Parts: sequence; structure tokens; C-alpha cells
Amino acid sequence: MIIQALVFYVFAAVTIAAGLMVITARNPVHSVLFLILAFFNAAGLFVLMGAEFLAMILVVVYVGAVAVLFLFVVMMLDINVEKARQGFKKYLFIGGAVGLVLLVELVLILSSTVVSTDVSVVASVPIPSLDEVHNTRALGQVLYTKYVYLFEASGMILLVAMIGAIVLTLRKREGVRRQVIADQVNRSREEAVEIKKVSSGSGI
Amino acid sequence: MLEIGLAHYLIVAAVLFTMGIFGIFLNRKNVIVIMMSIELMLLAVNINFVAFSTHLGDLVGQVFSIFILTVAAAEAAIGLAILVIYFRNRGSIAVEDINVMKG
Repeated sequence: MIIQALVFYVFAAVTIAAGLMVITARNPVHSVLFLILAFFNAAGLFVLMGAEFLAMILVVVYVGAVAVLFLFVVMMLDINVEKARQGFKKYLFIGGAVGLVLLVELVLILSSTVVSTDVSVVASVPIPSLDEVHNTRALGQVLYTKYVYLFEASGMILLVAMIGAIVLTLRKREGVRRQVIADQVNRSREEAVEIKKVSSGSGI
Repeated sequence: MLEIGLAHYLIVAAVLFTMGIFGIFLNRKNVIVIMMSIELMLLAVNINFVAFSTHLGDLVGQVFSIFILTVAAAEAAIGLAILVIYFRNRGSIAVEDINVMKG
């Protein structure tokens, strides 16, 4: 029990510290790297809770795809770091005030509510015992049966996002010479070669 | 203190969510960090979903967490694409410069 508590506190502390560094780091590249650290530690929290599949998905999708996408964009855009930091102090107070109010409210809600542990009798899909079915298989058995329409809808969302990203960033550039195979094949003899009569001793 | 329960995870998620809000206020000149703050908030929501799912013994929370992951990935892709074309057109990523529509 004490090891579990210790591991939880380590993961939670590193997650929160990394989250804080994400929003305060001077360099956006460092922000992305701290975001990756936060995702890794959140995955650790997921494992601790017993959601192994989601932990691995978090590492694969967030660290492997989203964070690397962020890293690409941060490095691709030439950002003026000093200019991007302007107004940091100006919004520190109001941001801190709003954040503090929100945090206090959330903690108030948490401390004033009691979650009954007996609700598992009304659970829509009770988590099966680990002896029978492991987490990944249990998730698959629900996801591909009861929630198959939502699953396909999320696939459609990904497709739309992919097409949208391609359409948005595609551009026609001016002044770029491209190979047009049809033009090359359709060249006729008349426009390619010319016969000149050269009289001897005078040149063209 | 040593017994890790639902409340512990919910407090971690609450702190993460608050930091996401805080980050949006703090980085008014840098849209990329604002999008990272949004990712932090979505992560906090995911932690909430999974915490309730595992502590109350209902698998549906984890299923919805997968859907949130999907939507977050799509959002990041579209948002970064918009950011790239915005930077290409204006040469800046400050939120305050996005005022063409005077909204």
C-alpha cells in the first residue's frame, strides 16, 4: 500500500510540475518537451488506476503523434521568443485570479460531495474481474459492440481532420518549374528541331 | 494519506485543468502554448474519466476517454494546420493579431 501511495505521489507531482513548466517555459520547444513528460506521467497514473490500455494509447497517440506534431510546428515556425513572452506579467494577475477561483471551486465541489461506492450495481458495463478478462479485451468487447457507431463516428472525425489539414496547408507556389509529362510527350518535331542551311565560310 | 482513493486523482486532475486555464491567460502572444494548454485540460478530463471509471467499476468511462483522445488528436491536427497557414500569411502567432474579422 505504501509503495502504491509513493508511486502515486511521484507521478502526480511530476505531472503537475511538468504542466506548470509547459505554461511558463521561455522556449516553446521546452514547453513541448515538458508536455511529453506530463503525458508520460499521466500514463503512469493510468497504469496505477488499472487502465493499462488507455495508458499505452496515451503514450502512442499523445507522445508519438500529437506532441511530435507540436514539435514539428514549433521548429518549423520561426518564433521570436522574446516577443512571444510580452504580456506575460500583465496577464499574470488576472490569470492567477481566475485559476485560483476555479481551483477553489473544484476543490469545494470535491470536498462537499460523497461518491457512493455502491454504484457499481447500476454500472452500464461493469469492469470484469482481472482473472477472467484483461483490460484491453474488456474494452474491445464493449467498444466494438455497444459503442460501434460512436467508434465509427470517431473514425470519420479523424478522416475529416486529416483531409482538412491537408486541404488547409496545401498551396500552389508561384515560380516553381514542375515536370509536366504530357507536355514532354506531346512535343512535336516542328517545335523541337529546326534545319538551317549554312553556307560554307560564313556561319549562322 | 497513504490510502490513494478517488479524491486524490480528482485533485490532480483539478490542478492540471486549472493550469490549462492559467496557461491560456498567461501566453497571449503564443498560440502554440495556448494549444498545449488545451491539451493539458483534455488530459485532466481524461484523468477524471478514468478515475471515476476504475473507482466505480464502470468500463464506459474508459471508452469515452478513447473518444476524447481521438477528438483531441483531430483538434491538434486542424489547429496546427490553421496555425501554419496563419503564420504563412501574417508572419506572427500572437492571438491579439487575429483581428481581421473584428470579432
